[in-house]
Amino acid sequence: MFQAFLIKYGEIGIKGKNRHLFEDALIHQIKYALKPVEGEFLITKEQGRVYIEAVGPYDYEEALEHLQCVFGIVGICPVVLVEDEGLDKLAADVISYLDSRYSNKNQTFKVHTRRARKSYPLSSMEVNAILGERILEAFPEMKVDVHNPDIMVNVEIRGKINIYSDIIPGPGGMPVGTNGKGMLLLSGGIDSPVAGYMIAKRGVKIDAVYFHAPPYTSERAKQKVVDLAKIVARFSGPIYLKVVNFTDIQMYIYEKCPHEELTIIMRRYMMRIAEHFAEETNSLGLITGESIGQVASQTMQSLAATDEVCRFPVYRPLIGFDKQEIIALSEKIGTYETSILPYEDCCTIFVAKHPVTKPSLKVIRRSEQRLRENIEEMVKTAVETAETIVVEADMS
Amino acid sequence: MEVYFDNAATTRCSDGAREIMMEVLSEHYGNPSSLHLKGMEGENYIKEARARICRTLKINESELIFTSGGTESNNLAIIGAAMANERGGKHLITTKVEHPAVAAPMKYLEEQGFSVTWLDVDSEGVFSLKQLEEAITPETILVSLMYVNNEIGAEEPIEEAAKIVKERNSGALLHVDAIQAYGKYIIHPKRIGIDMMSASSHKIHGPKGAGFLYVREKTKLKPVIYGGGQQKGMRSGTENVPGIAGMGQAAAEAYENFSEKQEHMYRLKDAFLKGLEGEPWAHVNGKTGRDSAPHIVSLSVDDVRSEVLLHALEERGIYVSAGSACASNKPAPSSTLQAIHVKKQYLESTIRISFCPENTLEEVDYCLCALKELVPRFQKYTRH
Repeated sequence: MFQAFLIKYGEIGIKGKNRHLFEDALIHQIKYALKPVEGEFLITKEQGRVYIEAVGPYDYEEALEHLQCVFGIVGICPVVLVEDEGLDKLAADVISYLDSRYSNKNQTFKVHTRRARKSYPLSSMEVNAILGERILEAFPEMKVDVHNPDIMVNVEIRGKINIYSDIIPGPGGMPVGTNGKGMLLLSGGIDSPVAGYMIAKRGVKIDAVYFHAPPYTSERAKQKVVDLAKIVARFSGPIYLKVVNFTDIQMYIYEKCPHEELTIIMRRYMMRIAEHFAEETNSLGLITGESIGQVASQTMQSLAATDEVCRFPVYRPLIGFDKQEIIALSEKIGTYETSILPYEDCCTIFVAKHPVTKPSLKVIRRSEQRLRENIEEMVKTAVETAETIVVEADMS
Repeated sequence: MEVYFDNAATTRCSDGAREIMMEVLSEHYGNPSSLHLKGMEGENYIKEARARICRTLKINESELIFTSGGTESNNLAIIGAAMANERGGKHLITTKVEHPAVAAPMKYLEEQGFSVTWLDVDSEGVFSLKQLEEAITPETILVSLMYVNNEIGAEEPIEEAAKIVKERNSGALLHVDAIQAYGKYIIHPKRIGIDMMSASSHKIHGPKGAGFLYVREKTKLKPVIYGGGQQKGMRSGTENVPGIAGMGQAAAEAYENFSEKQEHMYRLKDAFLKGLEGEPWAHVNGKTGRDSAPHIVSLSVDDVRSEVLLHALEERGIYVSAGSACASNKPAPSSTLQAIHVKKQYLESTIRISFCPENTLEEVDYCLCALKELVPRFQKYTRH
């Protein structure tokens, strides 16, 4: 029934002289999202909106699902296209559209006409009046309400005439690529994929780093992280995932430092390594899934201790979220089922029974001194041997 | 070097089995129920496989049902027999160390109003014949026992159990889960007095997706799958012709030079156990001699979690199992290990090594060397 989509975007419409950059990014992301969809699409921008027309047959449900993953889209209007063959034909088309779209006719409506093609012989107001009258004749149960209609019948006169009445909500946010790039510390857990989603939503392109600790973490644990990245990539576009072999560093810390401080010191090294990659790939900040007080390494004191080693800003979009709120979001974006697969990740391997919750920077710094001998070399090796995986979106 | 020591999980498909399957898949692909020549060709592969398997068991060809594998065979035997015989009573007996493919249908039947007696096992994983004898009542309609335990390789006293079952209640049926035993032992179920026996193709170098259930003639059994009435209505569905042909081939191969192969596996097991002697961290579960399965060793290790050891061995090209591979994806402590009362700290630090006739003494040595190097290294890094 629908041959086109009218894409509405809110926030990016007000970006002044940069507007075209935002629109171009949006179109780029729409193209990426529609690439795997069955069918061919013409994407154009005109007068503050993006217009997607399907050339030939396509999968409507699939296209809609993919569009709902594109940040920057506020609303998606599925559009029926008809040829301009006079007003009588147009009225018949509008009536048949309403008939098939709404089984319940006991609703109020308003016709809203726009003429992109100003050469059309009637004014918008005239078209509104005539179509409204014909609709009332066809469906006596329907009533006009120009202030608060149940159904807003939009008629846009272009080359062809567009008819639409639904606005399906998009994910909002801003098109990915309009706000620089960030380096996400991605684990196999529930939080970090959600953190990546939140930051991508603000238009930030995402790269990621995962700390792998074989034989403590398995190939399946790594695959799980790749699978999570694939889901996040539905929204963020392709993700360059760095897989760092962290085992030696972890064991070295275990040998040399007090066990209660292990997690904090480990996280400080993760941040240092992530920052190295961030710098190398022109990211502008680090992104983590931490939220205050969730675990020992996420108290204010612990977060300060991990922050201390970073020169880059650390973005923590979940900082004020409760676990339940994070879970709800992960269910919404589709990462939850994968996140809860039972493979151990490297943060839990050597967790002490009573890890420090209020680490003192002085003490942590002193403990790290014990690593002096080899740690720099080990970090260098970890960075150099890291594997890069290009993760493309998986829509299944 | 690649060393595959997870043969109790699954085995490599033999070249012979693969070849016969290729024939079926690419040329003789007819549906055995079709009336034309192509259909007959397919049927002939099934007849041939049936004959080959029946020869290994010394049973009649009418006493074999092909299934999709061990789990289906166990389900058909247990649920099918319970449903067909419930008028004789609603009491079932099994052990606490059964594979989930037996334990879960039993639990399902408990929900359906049957009562189940779960026999204890001793510290070596063997159930007590005395307890079995006491458990059998006039209401007992089915006893299901495993031949070889899949996790620790315990060999159960099936022949004695069969006598006891028939003495105490001649109406009760005996089902044996022989999935880890078929191909490793010569088993003649009819002579022993077994009424039903399950086996699986992929444990004996056949393809996955095929298995069989021996059902002694005149045994009352209800199907669990309904449809086109194939296999006398006992198991509807177009036969998995390539799988069945491959299984037939694998079964025949398993019993060629049988004693040599069995002895070879025992020698591997002996060498492995001998190599562990004197290692303070190594604790072998269950029996270790000729009164245990030739191919399974259960090894508990001090202070190294099984998953870590498994992946560390994997880095050396050695594949073993942590507990039982069939229960993967939901890491729950093994019920077999709990039933034999292994120390709590070993529930999460036990690996299973399982051999096949293709394995070599050299591979055993390689694995021993790796263990002796890796275990002490990883013991240093424990959780606190």
